[in-house]
Amino acid sequence: MNSKDLILGRVRAALRDAPGPVEVPRDYRRSFPAADLEVLVDRLVDYKAEVHRIGEDAIAATVGGLVGGAVVVPEGLPLSWRPQGALVDDNLTPDRIAGAAAVLTGAAVAVAETGTIVLDASPDQGRRIISLLPDVHFVVLRAAQVVASVPEAVARLDPTRPLTWISGPSATSDIELNRVEGVHGPRHLHVLLLDS
Amino acid sequence: MTTFLGMPATAPRGVGNLRGDETFPAAAHHALADDQLRRNLRHATTTIRGKSGRVIAELPDWQELRSAGSALKAFVMANLDSLLEQLEARVTAAGGVVHWAADANEANAIVLDLIRRTGSERVIKVKSMATQEIGLNEALEAGGIQPIETDLAELIVQLGNDKPSHILVPAIHRNRAEIREIFLKSMPGVDPDLTDDPPVLAAAARKYLRETFLSTTVAVSGANFGIAETGTLAVVESEGNGRMCLTLPDTLITVMGIEKVVPSWPDLEVFLQLLPRASTGERMNPYTTMWTGVTPGDGPQNFHLVLLDNGRSAVLADPAGRAALHCIRCSACLNVCPVYERTGGHAYGSVYPGPIGAVLSPQLTGVADNASLPYASSLCGACFDACPVKIDIPSMLVHLRNKVSHPAAERAAMRAAAYTMDHPKLYARAQRAAKLARIAGRRGRGLPPPFSGWTASRDLPEVPQQTFRDWWASR
Repeated sequence: MNSKDLILGRVRAALRDAPGPVEVPRDYRRSFPAADLEVLVDRLVDYKAEVHRIGEDAIAATVGGLVGGAVVVPEGLPLSWRPQGALVDDNLTPDRIAGAAAVLTGAAVAVAETGTIVLDASPDQGRRIISLLPDVHFVVLRAAQVVASVPEAVARLDPTRPLTWISGPSATSDIELNRVEGVHGPRHLHVLLLDS
Repeated sequence: MTTFLGMPATAPRGVGNLRGDETFPAAAHHALADDQLRRNLRHATTTIRGKSGRVIAELPDWQELRSAGSALKAFVMANLDSLLEQLEARVTAAGGVVHWAADANEANAIVLDLIRRTGSERVIKVKSMATQEIGLNEALEAGGIQPIETDLAELIVQLGNDKPSHILVPAIHRNRAEIREIFLKSMPGVDPDLTDDPPVLAAAARKYLRETFLSTTVAVSGANFGIAETGTLAVVESEGNGRMCLTLPDTLITVMGIEKVVPSWPDLEVFLQLLPRASTGERMNPYTTMWTGVTPGDGPQNFHLVLLDNGRSAVLADPAGRAALHCIRCSACLNVCPVYERTGGHAYGSVYPGPIGAVLSPQLTGVADNASLPYASSLCGACFDACPVKIDIPSMLVHLRNKVSHPAAERAAMRAAAYTMDHPKLYARAQRAAKLARIAGRRGRGLPPPFSGWTASRDLPEVPQQTFRDWWASR
């Protein structure tokens, strides 16, 4: 008997009392008002992200004004967003990505209530590695991408894509259970929130 | 007699970290003598209780989410066989390879073999309770593979040659000054001017592990959720070490307990609201990574999922105990437990400490191997209130106490008491006779053998001058 059959046989034997059927009560909030951008900003700032409320035409200048070195961008990032000297990820080596000053990406969806931004590796977000190694991550977020709650974000996302949920910069609670920002992921998260 | 091989089995002895070297009372005795440990624990659990309470209060539907989470887990257990088969099919279709491990020995052998086939001599690890449980690090070291823990707390434990004492924060028993000492002593290349400022300590770990992340080709992780409908795996973390391990290597090996399967993608909307608020007291943890099989050009191109039983089927077989498998490893029950706060996690002997450990460990190993754990509780009920999936730990503790074999003298005394209480005349006489016990066992002295064990950890109540019956009759 192989281990799969063994384990499934054990599980079926363990369930001989035939529990269920189980009804799952879905009485929690499942419909929400439109997302409140002020709540999103409050949550982002609370977890030490920096928020810049700008127009789309100011993206390149804002990024260029905040970092001096190379900025990695995914191949699908709109040309007008790219700062001068942008380093396009055409399969860059990990060392080159790690050596860059920053990365600039789009996003798939954001959750106001939790201050969370989700990347789904679409062309304007690129491979997961590029938003991980540089010390500074700039994320462009359109107001229409912001939802109020976690259930709405889950509904908008495709789980077969690689997903990265980001809530503030890298942090740890491992020293005396206090949150400290800045361990292995980007230590600085800048959110460029487009109001229009 | 034929043996049916499919009978639920407990976790084997001689491997893994589910059994302690001594009983809970004996181990707790050492821990209680450690003032520093108790100060560290009190500080940490007080901090987390406050944080968690504040963010839970922000959600008006917390109780409804708990009810949904509880029912979802009950649904998973009732349909575990078909959900596992569905998960296997979806992961395989997405380019992953699924392995089934009946116990710790088989899981360790599978992982060791997979690593050897890559040619790598070391692996980076994301914090995982399942791999702690099966003693994977010990098995890899014995097989010539170096496991490197990348979670900050796990790193503190590994560098300090220590054992984890908390599900979420394995180094909760260490304060910042002790962590600084461990880093100075054991972290290669550490700055000798290191201070005990937490951001400085975190930065030291970042510097130390950066090169290792970039140059190691195999990673081992656990999983918080495995979605049957889509084959998607999820790892919830804070530091980014998880993202490093799940993104950078060529090969990813994930060890997941069979109870971690979740039916469908929308079900995550429940657990992603419950887990961070109950666990670290955050609205959302800094990073969550979700992946489905292999994505060409993005992340590990070889993905292996090891589905682990190791006693879980035995837990599932007890209708009054199986809800222990609902645990999402948030550790809220540890943080509110008056017993845990005083003894710390090491006293429980298992990688699963605290209230959930007191019900999970004895069921995974069979109660005989962890007989003292169901008693490691005052049954105050705080764990039940704190549990985001409403596991009724107190009732389960009582249920398990009834499965522990009691000493012969205690059993005889309880049988005699039951008989006496069933016979009113006998009972009245026994009550009067109890006055004699005032002489036999004055308060503080306890009972004589063979009953002295009973009174070693309990005060004998004062017996009143007059029984209630005598008082009533004399009115």
